[in-house]
Amino acid sequence: MPPVSLVDREFRTVSYVSGPLIFVERPKGVSFGETARITLPDGEVRNGQVLDVSRELAVVQVFEGTSGVDNKATSVRFTGQSPCIDVSLDMLGRVFSGVGRPRDGRPEIIPEDTVDISGMPINPYARDKPSDFIQTGMSAIDGLNTLVRGQKLPIFSGSGLPANKLAAQIARQARVLGREESFAVVFVAMGITHKEASYFMNEFERTGALERVVFFQNLADDPTIERIATPRCALSVAEFLAYTHHLHVLVILTDMTNYCEALREISTAREEVPGRRGYPGYMYTDLASIYERAGRIKGTTGSITQIPILTMPDDDITHPVPDLTGYITEGQIVLSRDLYRRGADPPIDVLPCLSRLMNLGIGPGKTREDHRNVADQLYASYAYGRDLRRLVAIVGEEALTELDKVYLSFADDFEKKFVTQGSANRSIEETLTIGWELLAKLPEDELKRIKLEYIRKYHPRYRAG
Amino acid sequence: MIQGTISRISGPVVIAEGMRGSKMYDVVNVGTLDLPGEIIRLEGDWAVVQVYEDTTGLSIGEPVKNTEQPLSVELGPGLISSIFDGVQRPLPELAKKSGSFISKGISATGLSREREWDFEPAIAEGTQVKGGEILGSVREFHFTHHILVPPGVTGTIKKIRKGRFRVTDTICELDSGTELTMLQRWPVRKGRPYVKKLDPTVPLVTGQRIFDCLFPLTKGGTAMIPGGFGTGKTVSEQTLAKWADAQVIIYIGCGERGNEMTDVLSEFPELVDPRTGLPLIQRTILIANTSNMPVAAREASIYTGITMAEYYRDMGYDVALMADSTSRWGEALREVSGRLEEMPGEEGYPAYLATRLAAFYERAGRVICLGPEGRTGSVTIVGAVSPPGGDFSEPITQNTLRIAGTFWALDTNLAYRRHFPSVNWIKSYSLYLDSVEKWFTEMMAGNWRELRDKTMYLLQKEVELQEIVQLVGPDALPESEKAILEVTRMIREDFLQQSAYSDTDSFCPLDKQFWMLATIISYYEAAEEAMNRGVSLKQISSLPLRAEIARMKEIGEVEQIRQLADRVKAQIGALEVEH
Repeated sequence: MPPVSLVDREFRTVSYVSGPLIFVERPKGVSFGETARITLPDGEVRNGQVLDVSRELAVVQVFEGTSGVDNKATSVRFTGQSPCIDVSLDMLGRVFSGVGRPRDGRPEIIPEDTVDISGMPINPYARDKPSDFIQTGMSAIDGLNTLVRGQKLPIFSGSGLPANKLAAQIARQARVLGREESFAVVFVAMGITHKEASYFMNEFERTGALERVVFFQNLADDPTIERIATPRCALSVAEFLAYTHHLHVLVILTDMTNYCEALREISTAREEVPGRRGYPGYMYTDLASIYERAGRIKGTTGSITQIPILTMPDDDITHPVPDLTGYITEGQIVLSRDLYRRGADPPIDVLPCLSRLMNLGIGPGKTREDHRNVADQLYASYAYGRDLRRLVAIVGEEALTELDKVYLSFADDFEKKFVTQGSANRSIEETLTIGWELLAKLPEDELKRIKLEYIRKYHPRYRAG
Repeated sequence: MIQGTISRISGPVVIAEGMRGSKMYDVVNVGTLDLPGEIIRLEGDWAVVQVYEDTTGLSIGEPVKNTEQPLSVELGPGLISSIFDGVQRPLPELAKKSGSFISKGISATGLSREREWDFEPAIAEGTQVKGGEILGSVREFHFTHHILVPPGVTGTIKKIRKGRFRVTDTICELDSGTELTMLQRWPVRKGRPYVKKLDPTVPLVTGQRIFDCLFPLTKGGTAMIPGGFGTGKTVSEQTLAKWADAQVIIYIGCGERGNEMTDVLSEFPELVDPRTGLPLIQRTILIANTSNMPVAAREASIYTGITMAEYYRDMGYDVALMADSTSRWGEALREVSGRLEEMPGEEGYPAYLATRLAAFYERAGRVICLGPEGRTGSVTIVGAVSPPGGDFSEPITQNTLRIAGTFWALDTNLAYRRHFPSVNWIKSYSLYLDSVEKWFTEMMAGNWRELRDKTMYLLQKEVELQEIVQLVGPDALPESEKAILEVTRMIREDFLQQSAYSDTDSFCPLDKQFWMLATIISYYEAAEEAMNRGVSLKQISSLPLRAEIARMKEIGEVEQIRQLADRVKAQIGALEVEH
């Protein structure tokens, strides 16, 4: 960043306003990416950022929207700084707007530091390998798609599905076994309704976690463009808490679909060549600049674990938002409308779910030696049972072999007993026990994915004596 | 020196004025921080520059200096086991200079200037040399790292030194006055020269059953692995990097996850190469441009990698390059092209996408290297492709299909049911089957091709039978077809499935692969023969053979599997007709 010019760089040359963007003519000395303060004719001050600059024109995106901006009296002052946020440990327990201003009626925080919201990429060489198993108490996650510290594991939801309940339950129950460490939750609301936001607030209040939560709120009726800055502000705070104050931070981002919509709005206003479904071609890179801020760093004790929540439009997992997210994040938890109707709670459809870092967090000394094998076997057997369901719809149950009938009822039991758990908080031992009980109903030589020694050791038949 | 000023900044693209006289692909230093960039278009007085670092903070009017050099990498001892960013800055150096986060404007040389190497000359003074000839060698881990006369240099050796040198020290002087060092520079966008390209005939053994037995890749060949997210592209690439029988592995993390690079970095020093017994990191070069690192450097990372691959190829080694993922590279092209306001082709990708992809993949190959010895070396490329929505009709997949010799199609449905590697055996193909047949027949077994074709026939037959089952249920099939379904289930579950995380099974030697497949096929053939005699399928299925076949993966001794194959034949053959 060049030194801030002493000459006040204030311009009244707004020539053109389009959507969230204003165009300032002859912006001498303006640099790319710096922030601007826009003073409206009525004296209101808004914030913006330079997106494109040439000798003739600077394009500024206005976070709070452009209503009321004119091309005569509006003045734009460039600050010479990239967008920054004040951070402090005192932010815990507070509520902020999407750009980090207090929203709970309490005074401004006293900053310990001021950090650039876009952050810097973590050097891959400096990253530490995630390895701590996080017990979320949810069988479908702990047993089959284990979350580890420093991972980014999104929840793919559909409209009307209880993603919020699941996220709140994870935030409430998540802990690393055998350790008491200081943690914090950074909760980022982007374009969600007041009702959803207050659900989370009440949930945190009820469980007494509120003083460990930093709440960033950009609600549905708040300016859309502010959403571009919201996750970045929040992650800067998370990084500060994790790497300066050594906390283990869980960041919940909801709803990423709204964020992407804001990105599309800006792209359209800039008349860029659209990619799939009108989203900009650089959306992958843009999302990566958010998701890749999860992780652990060698030599520090803090960590950032992310759980972004997104709504798949029309439950379509190939829509650009879930698709690009899935390519960046380390797995996904997918909710299914089908299972929801069948009464599964949480309605996690384990087949499309994945946790890429699972193997780092399980096994002897972390969970249990048979964990990998049990998970593989449950998957394979459930997938087969699900296939049979489709077959039964056509040819009827009578046409099935005896073995296939066993698989069919296995799939039903799996959904009813393993996936469904309501508000119970299951330990990993309980989860694996339920898994074994289900597998015990299958003939033993069908358990090809499990090593013989584990069958002998953990199969209920041998355990019972 | 040509020096201009910045007149426009848009993301990673900067336009500079006053650059007349610059050449395409010249490297320039942009702004007061001297951010590296490359000229990608010239228009009159203007040059359009893609900048390899974040451009935030650059202002109009800042200087742009042309180095008048193309983007080059440093080649020499010290590359192996290093990790670089997309423009060959060593990441450990960056970490030393700027801490855990990468800040802007740091420069670091690709090769260490301090480290010393024992140079052993191989030719005498007074010898006439030309490009590609071996001057001498140093030890790089277990490697003999040959120091070659750079391509294009000729002369008579006036002086050659033996001893400990740094890469920049002169080790040899020619009579023309040219001084040669162990370090050479080579422009990344230009392939290194060779004498002649050969047809690839030797398979690249990967220890993965579905790759080696069904869809083989050759040394010097090209392969693509497309698949939606979660289908295991990265795991496949990493597995290949671990077990492929190449001497040097170049692993490019192009626009992918940071934690994956950490994974490779922490795992490879501990894993042991089954062939040499040495840590895998001692044959690996890593290039990391994670998805949050600057996008223009992503475009360069692929070229940086392939140039290093060619350098080791020229010494006569077999090199395998893994690029994960070429889609991110294509997207980087698209992003820069969009900023240039070029007329978009399909899905916003530039019209020259196909040309660039082809040019990259064609740098693979088995060649006779420059030099009098006629060394042969090879570069194999395995590119992962990440099609949006898992839809293979998108431009990167389609354009790569035209040039790649092996197509390993990953399938979301197989991944959902945890069938890994999730390679779809119906969609995938290998164009190298005929070229490697001779090798397999000689090295493995005479009936390799027959066995492979039989397997493919059964798997194809299974698809047809499944369609019938979907309509009328499994009971409607005749016994002989039920037997096929039973055998294909064995092929799928007991042969094709292979866990990358299992100790015994993650690498499967070729002879074990062969005998595993032979056992299953002899089960089928024996069953077919027995059923012709009137034996019922139930009799065959109730033999304890199936459970034994299912446990073949865990057997370490090939001899045991060979015996199992015999036992299968004998036991099924001994069955008598029940009335």
